Amino acid sequence: MISWPNLVSQLFNGLALGALLALISSGLTIIYGTLGVLNLAHGAMFMIGGYAGFVAYQYTESFILAVIAGSLFVMLLGVLMERVIIRHFYHRPHEDQLLVTFGLGICFVEIVRLIFSSQSQVVPPPALFQGITNLGFMFYPTYRLAVVGIVAIALGALFLVLYRTRLGMIVRAGIEDSVMVDSLGINVYRVFMVVFGIGAMAAGFAGIVNAPVVSLTPGVGDDILVETFVVVVIGGVGSFPGAILGGLIAGEIISVTSMFNPGYAYVMLFAAMTLVLVVRPHGLLGVQGRE
Amino acid sequence: MTDNLIRRGLGRGISRRTLLQSTAGIIGGSVLPAMPAFAGDKPAIGSYPAGVSGSTAFIGISVPRTGTYAVQGEDELKGYQLAIEHINGGHDLIKKISPKTSKGVLGKELKFGVADSAAKPNEAVQAQQRFISENKAIMITGGTSSAVAVALNKLAQREHVMFVCGISGSNDTTGKDCVRYGFRQNFFGQTAAAAIGPVMVKEFGKNKKAAYLTPDYTYGHTVTKSMQDFLATAGWTTTTNQVAPLGAPDYSSYLLNVANSGADVLINVNWGHDAVLSTQQAKQFGVLDKMKLVVPYQVPFIARETGGLMQGVYAATDYWWTVEDKFPLAKMFNDAFEKKYGYKPEWGAENAYISFAHWARMCEEAGSFFPPDVIRAYEKGETLPSLVGDVHYRAEDHQCVRPVIIVKGKMQKDMKNKEDWYDVVEIVPGEGLMQKPDAFGCHLGDYT
Repeated sequence: MISWPNLVSQLFNGLALGALLALISSGLTIIYGTLGVLNLAHGAMFMIGGYAGFVAYQYTESFILAVIAGSLFVMLLGVLMERVIIRHFYHRPHEDQLLVTFGLGICFVEIVRLIFSSQSQVVPPPALFQGITNLGFMFYPTYRLAVVGIVAIALGALFLVLYRTRLGMIVRAGIEDSVMVDSLGINVYRVFMVVFGIGAMAAGFAGIVNAPVVSLTPGVGDDILVETFVVVVIGGVGSFPGAILGGLIAGEIISVTSMFNPGYAYVMLFAAMTLVLVVRPHGLLGVQGRE
Repeated sequence: MTDNLIRRGLGRGISRRTLLQSTAGIIGGSVLPAMPAFAGDKPAIGSYPAGVSGSTAFIGISVPRTGTYAVQGEDELKGYQLAIEHINGGHDLIKKISPKTSKGVLGKELKFGVADSAAKPNEAVQAQQRFISENKAIMITGGTSSAVAVALNKLAQREHVMFVCGISGSNDTTGKDCVRYGFRQNFFGQTAAAAIGPVMVKEFGKNKKAAYLTPDYTYGHTVTKSMQDFLATAGWTTTTNQVAPLGAPDYSSYLLNVANSGADVLINVNWGHDAVLSTQQAKQFGVLDKMKLVVPYQVPFIARETGGLMQGVYAATDYWWTVEDKFPLAKMFNDAFEKKYGYKPEWGAENAYISFAHWARMCEEAGSFFPPDVIRAYEKGETLPSLVGDVHYRAEDHQCVRPVIIVKGKMQKDMKNKEDWYDVVEIVPGEGLMQKPDAFGCHLGDYT
């Protein structure tokens, strides 16, 4: 029998989980949409964001500085990665891109393990958001509530960049037709570098914001990567609004299924993805006809 | 082990990290001359006598170095390495456990290779199969996941190579999946339940309601069932049993169900990083303010990794270093381990060390590496020294009968040093806790 308080709790939890998935997925989908690169190192970027923020927190004991440091570090890493390695693979087959980004992901994880060991590291939430909040229908960790707000602001900022700036216009045009953008005299490769940096930063930001929720380990990005791909596929590859919608749907499916039978949470998630692919092969908000 | 080869596989879940093999082992395995079919009057079986015809004997070790059990796997590996160093060097501690050991086992230096199992049975089996076929491993070991232990049990029986089990708490390991070639030192989930159950009833009372967090594989299901069975005798009921996959990235959904279940006690059966994460998140969701926490199978390092959340929490464990006050061999072990690695050993290391020491003793007593002889030496069931007093292996299921240590997390103000996380509440003798050898359907296979 359905317990209504539990259902509402799980729906809310799904929203919190979905918001985070949406943020990570938005980075992945922007990179793929613009550059055509499926970045399998995206989970590792998420993890590195957490660790870079953790190091910053150790020195400053400021959560805000930790978030800034974690995000910027991963953005720089993303730019470096794009300049040194990824750009050589734009015209290579997808499988080459998959293998090289997968390999990079493994390298990142092992380097972090070498430096920090496998033992969990903890980044406490800021004092303002510690404790539990009574929402009336449930008690919920205050910091997780804050995460929903923080992610909403981050997604809003990303939206403004993509839809209200010249850079965003170029990026969106690049998603539609990068050859045309190139022929208009815009240096597409410089845009690619920026886009890769922004996409990586989204993952890094999510990594450090999520750090107080989970305990940090080098493998923290492994599972999130799979979920992120599912989100991107459900929402539509290359679609920013799709990543948000897909994230929320995935969060709710995982959370609500867990109420009835946690073992089936991922089964339902993949079932939903399959259903979407059958009905709408380009995802819910994917661009029709895109190669 | 500095000259290791690192081989990587592709794809998450496919040979995820490393296969590390000692160069010596690889070379040793590849240049071995063709063996005669018989050595002395013993027939060839498994890797015998090919693996021990030279001056060395090779052991295949698989522990998780990645994934949710990585921290425990590293501790376990250090225990193996220390044991091999002590065996090869004829250390005093080894001689106290295996008096006939001088240097090496039967005079042969032990070499070893290490593979990352990532706590996945298929990876562990592949790596150990390789150690057996290429390096002629005379014994294989590993664990930290009961699913891995069960899989290696089957491999050992099929290949006729001894398997000395590492960490594994499932009732199946020496229960329904027991094999003639496998031996386990650490206890059943059922034994843990029998040991900690009375403490819980004494502490929390009868007719309580319990919620469970259970990892979805043989270890989790059997430990949860054992706890439920035992506590039912005191009128305890289960309000919810939340079964999560190994390595779940987030426990929030499960914990909401627990929080809404009205339970008095949360019994967290998770292990490794899963236990750390779920306990931390239980605190975040206020679950630990509503109900008491119990960890029936204590996870090495959980106290330090959760940063104080184990304060006042009861747990059952194989080993806690402060038992050195009662057991001189534990003191010797702790000192040697700390000198080498710089921290107090946890039970993964203890389990690994003593399992190897017992195997070395059995080989020495058998006077041979011939597996059926070594197995029969174990099956004599003689009393053996261990780090926690005298123990013995049961002939019927190859399970070591040993005490269970009940610990309670210390409050921070009572900690005498940074590793003084627990009080040892009770050392429960193993004999009275054990179910009958066939209770879980053990049928050992053949010797040959």
